[in-house]
Amino acid sequence: MYAVRRWSVRHARAMERFYNGFEWLLVTLHPLWKRVGYERLEKPVALVEQLSKGFLFDCKMCGQCALSSTGMSCSMNCPKNLRNGPCGGVRANGNCEVDPEMRCVWVEAFEGSERMAEGAKAIRVVQIAVDRRLQGKSSWLKVAREKGAAVEAALEKL
Amino acid sequence: MKFEDEPVPGYPLPILPGHSSPGRLERVLRSGTFAVTTELDPPDSADPEDVFSRTRIFDGYVDAINATDGSGANCHMSSMAVCSLLARKGYAIVMQISCRDKNRIAIQGDILGGAAMGVANILCLTGDGVQSGDHPQAKPVFDLDCMSLLELARNMRDNHQFQSGRKITFAPRVFLGAAANPFALPFEWRADRLAKKVAAGAQFVQTQYCYDVPRLRTYLNRVEDLGLFGKVFILVGVGPLRSAKAAEWMRTNVPGIHIPDAVIKRMAGAEKPALEGRQICVELIQELREFKGVSGVHVMAYRQEETVAEIIQKSGVLGGREPWHPTRDTPVQFEKET
Repeated sequence: MYAVRRWSVRHARAMERFYNGFEWLLVTLHPLWKRVGYERLEKPVALVEQLSKGFLFDCKMCGQCALSSTGMSCSMNCPKNLRNGPCGGVRANGNCEVDPEMRCVWVEAFEGSERMAEGAKAIRVVQIAVDRRLQGKSSWLKVAREKGAAVEAALEKL
Repeated sequence: MKFEDEPVPGYPLPILPGHSSPGRLERVLRSGTFAVTTELDPPDSADPEDVFSRTRIFDGYVDAINATDGSGANCHMSSMAVCSLLARKGYAIVMQISCRDKNRIAIQGDILGGAAMGVANILCLTGDGVQSGDHPQAKPVFDLDCMSLLELARNMRDNHQFQSGRKITFAPRVFLGAAANPFALPFEWRADRLAKKVAAGAQFVQTQYCYDVPRLRTYLNRVEDLGLFGKVFILVGVGPLRSAKAAEWMRTNVPGIHIPDAVIKRMAGAEKPALEGRQICVELIQELREFKGVSGVHVMAYRQEETVAEIIQKSGVLGGREPWHPTRDTPVQFEKET
């Protein structure tokens, strides 16, 4: 919902704090996810993710969440799917070129990023092209699997 | 500007050390010369002569010509085809690629194809939304954004591979550009966005129409603070306004164009508005020439392309040099008008 989405950006700092804790939990539980099986978890987790992030951010389930790098303003709501900042068409009132009733997702993102601890740094890093195969998949599980595997590899080295 | 190693028109220039393309535009910019580029209005026609006649009016006044890719989301002859026709004659062309109409498979094919046909400069754009053009019912693609497009093109050039990692046997040797709009919200962020584009591979940028010099100055100061001077050539977009009414219409209806009230007032008070519009443009070019960090101007005169030569001449910005054109170095008219 548009109003909730904008509320989330206004509370980007709190969102960031919550997510950091949540991500820590996800990654810590990687061995458990592995035992249950990531494939088996995919559908239910994706559903929970879609419902919660859909409510908070109008999440489009791109499967490669970049909210931490976009000031908690979901950039897939940009009609041009811009992942790296606003286009040149932002209206004088800060609204979208394509949808004049909507505030530019990236004007929001910029404001949100300033409220966050790491957001202002993260928003300045180039985001690579979207992998369209991940559409509809859980971004949480992707993070848990990738970061969890990295932790495992690091532990093995010790 | 005549290069010692001037090739037979239509063939690439030797690539100098530190250069990434065999093109004239990169040569001009890297030599520290104030560059002039312009934009071709691509014809709604399949006749190549329409492309040539629209180009000929720029002969001797510009260092490179942009071939737009469905600008404003309107249908025209493709950027690729315009480039192919003109590069063969020896013109320096900036091939615009927009992410609106093609996915990464088509775009990478076009980068190879364009380079094979003599395109030395590519401008990576996101593109206008389909709603602003004559086919609002079309499907917007936007598989990439301008930033990932830059990265992908640089990867093809420098790492000789497609995004998939598959090898390219002969890499496209292109000078990569992007667009910038210092005049749209959020202003504080615009220079940072340029920094991102440079990090993604942009070597030059052409800006949106500039009518607000103080805002450009603020932007450039920030660009300098970010340490971008010397890392990217900035060509500022300029163009003649036709009348106060047209200016008013542009700023309300064309996304991303900012025209201050003072400019509109000056236009409204003029006896001959079109002449005044050109005069404003000439003065602007002369002012920009003295700006630190500005490497050139990009003259956009949509549907009044015939004024470009006059504006550039009046501004004196070429300083007596004659940019290459097909009849410069030979007394033989290369093509007869038919």
